Amino acid sequence: MANGVLVFAEQRDGAFKKATYEALSEGHRLAEKLGQPLSAVIIGSGIRHLANEAAHYGATTVYVADVAPLAKYSTDGYVKALTEAIQAAQPSVVLAAATAMGKDLAPRAAARLDIGLASDVVETHIENGALTVTRPVYAGKAFATVAFQRSPAFATLRPNVFPAASPDASRTAEVKPIGATIVDALQARVTDILAAAKGKIELTEASIIVSGGRGIKGPENYYLIQNLADALGGAAGASRAVVDAGWVDHSRQVGQTGKTVSPTLYIACGISGAIQHLAGMSSSKFIVAINKDPEAPIFKIADYGIVGDLFEVVPKLTEQVSAMRQN
Amino acid sequence: MKIAVCIKAVPETDTRIRIAADGRSIDRTDVKFIISPYDEFALEEAVRLKEAKGGQVIALSLGGDEVPNLLREALARGADEAVHIAAAGIAIDDPLCVGKTLAAALKGLTPDIVFFGKHGVGGDNQQVHAIVAEKLGWPQVTVVTKLEVGDGRLRAEREIEGGVEVVETGLPAVVGAQKGLNEPRYPKLQSIMQAKKKPLATKTFADFGLTAAEVGPEGAGLAVTALRLPPPRQAGRRIAGDPGQQAAELLSALQNEVKVI
Ligand SMILES: Cc1cc2nc3c(=O)[nH]c(=O)nc-3n(C[C@H](O)[C@H](O)[C@H](O)COP(=O)(O)OP(=O)(O)OC[C@H]3O[C@@H](n4cnc5c(N)ncnc54)[C@H](O)[C@@H]3O)c2cc1C
Repeated sequence: MANGVLVFAEQRDGAFKKATYEALSEGHRLAEKLGQPLSAVIIGSGIRHLANEAAHYGATTVYVADVAPLAKYSTDGYVKALTEAIQAAQPSVVLAAATAMGKDLAPRAAARLDIGLASDVVETHIENGALTVTRPVYAGKAFATVAFQRSPAFATLRPNVFPAASPDASRTAEVKPIGATIVDALQARVTDILAAAKGKIELTEASIIVSGGRGIKGPENYYLIQNLADALGGAAGASRAVVDAGWVDHSRQVGQTGKTVSPTLYIACGISGAIQHLAGMSSSKFIVAINKDPEAPIFKIADYGIVGDLFEVVPKLTEQVSAMRQN
Repeated sequence: MKIAVCIKAVPETDTRIRIAADGRSIDRTDVKFIISPYDEFALEEAVRLKEAKGGQVIALSLGGDEVPNLLREALARGADEAVHIAAAGIAIDDPLCVGKTLAAALKGLTPDIVFFGKHGVGGDNQQVHAIVAEKLGWPQVTVVTKLEVGDGRLRAEREIEGGVEVVETGLPAVVGAQKGLNEPRYPKLQSIMQAKKKPLATKTFADFGLTAAEVGPEGAGLAVTALRLPPPRQAGRRIAGDPGQQAAELLSALQNEVKVI
C-alpha cells in the first residue's frame, strides 16, 4: 500500500534551491493532511550534509544518492536514483520543483514508472484522501483541475507559488543511502556549465520583476529597467518585441512563448499588454504599469497605473528606491 | 541522416480561451490552429541539419482534422514526408498516451535524431519529448539553444536557471528546441507548391501495434476533471502628478498597501 510523500530535493553546487524549500514545505503540509510521513531524496556527489536540512523541513526519511557519477546533473543518472528512491519509499505522492532540472527529470522518471505527471502545479487539494492539483494551461489563460489515475501521484510545483515554512533544527531523519549501482556509463553527460553574468536573479525565481517593452526604444536604454530591478533586488524581464529586436536575450522574455512568472510585484514599463504577454505575467500578485498611452491594454489588469514617460518615471523610481534603501 | 520532427497543432497564441460545455476542455469553435511556436524551431533545425549533412526529414503530428494543413506547411518549410497520426481513440491531452504513441511511431522509422519543440504551447506540459526518449531508451536534451551534430554524437547547450549546461551524447537522441536555436524561415511560394506533391500518410495507433487500453483514456496517467478561467483582474488605481510625485506615491503604496518593499 502506497504511503507517504516523497520530495525530490534538488541541489546545485551542494545547496538547495529556493524552490526546493518550497517543495519540501508543501510536501510536509500534504503529508500532514494525509496523515502520512514525508521523505526526501537528494542526488549528487558530496551532498550528504543536506540530509539534515531536509529533516529540518519535516522529512523523517532521507534517501541520499551520493556517488561520484552524479556530481553533475545527467537525466539518465538522476532518473535512476530518483526511481530507486520511489521504489524504496513506495509513496502515494511524489513532488519536485518545476525548475530546469525538475522539468527535464520528472517526465522521464514518470515515463519509466508508467505513471502520470502534472507539470507546473500551482494548487494542491486533498479530497477523500487523494491528491488533486490545479495547473495553468494556455499559459495561464485557463486552469485545469487534474486527478491522478495511477499511483503514485507525481507533480512538479511552480517556483514562487508555494510558501516555504520555517525550518525546525530539532527535527532529525533516518538517512538511507541509495544509488550504489549507478556506474559511470551515463547516456548523456553535462560537460560544462556556462554561467550567465554573475548576480543576476532568475526570472522564475524572483519575487520582484521589472520588465521593459518596445517603449524603451533601443538596447542602450535597457539599463533603466535593469537599474530599477537591481535597486528593488529583483530581476529584469522583457516583452517579446524587445527580444525579437535583439535588444536582450530570450531568457528574459515573459509571456506565452517565454517565461511564465508569478512574482509578488511585476512592473511593466513601455509594454502595451498584448494577450501573449499577459498570459505570462497576469498571475503576479501585484502589477504596476508605466505607459505613456492611457488606453494601453496593460492598464486593464494593473493594480497601479502610471500614465507617463518611462524615461522620466523609471529613473525617479530608481532614485527614490535607492535613497530609501540607504536610510 | 534520417531526421524526424514532431509537431503539434495548437490554438493561435492570441486565442481567447472559452470553456466548452463539458466543463473540462476548451471550446474549439472558431479557434485557428498553428504549429506550436517552439516546434517551428524544431522543424527549422531538422531542415538545416538535412541541408548540412544530407538525408531526409519526416514530420509527424498527432491530432485531429487541423493537422493535415499544418503538415503541408511543414512540408513547405522543408520536410520531405509527413505522417498524420489520427487522434481517434487516443487520450490526446494525456502526455503519457501521446508519448507512447509517438514513441511507437518513431520506433518504426528508426531516425538518427528526433526534434520536438521544448514544449507544446497550450497544454504546457513540457513532457512528451522526455516520455518519448524514455520509451525509446534514447538520451534526451531539452530546452536546447545551440546544437552541433557530429559523427554519431551531438553537443548541445541547454538553458538552465542563470546559465547554460553543455551536454554531450551519442545518437540516436531526442532534442527539445528552445527559442534562440535558429531563425525559422518562411516558406517560399515555390516550396508551398512543391509541398502539395510530397507524401502525407495517415495512420492510426493500431498501425503501430498499440491498443486502446494503452493509449486511450484507460491508459492515461491523468484525468482533467475541470477547466476554469482565472478570475478577471480588475484595473486598479491611476497615479497622477509629475514623474517625481508619481514615483513617490507608487513607492508609498508598494510599501504600505502591497508591503513588498
Ligand atoms: C506566436 C506569438 C507568440 C508571442 N509570444 C509573446 C510572448 O511570449 N511575450 C510577449 O511579450 N509577446 C509575445 N508576442 C508578441 C505580442 O503579440 C506583442 O507583439 C508584444 O508583446 C508587444 O511588445 P511591447 O508591448 O513591448 O510592444 P508594443 O506593443 O509596441 O508596445 C509598446 C508600448 O510602449 C509604450 N511606450 C512607448 N514609448 C513609451 C515611453 N517613452 N514611456 C512609456 N511608454 C511608452 C507604448 O504606448 C506601447 O503601449 C507573441 C506574438 C505571437 C504572434
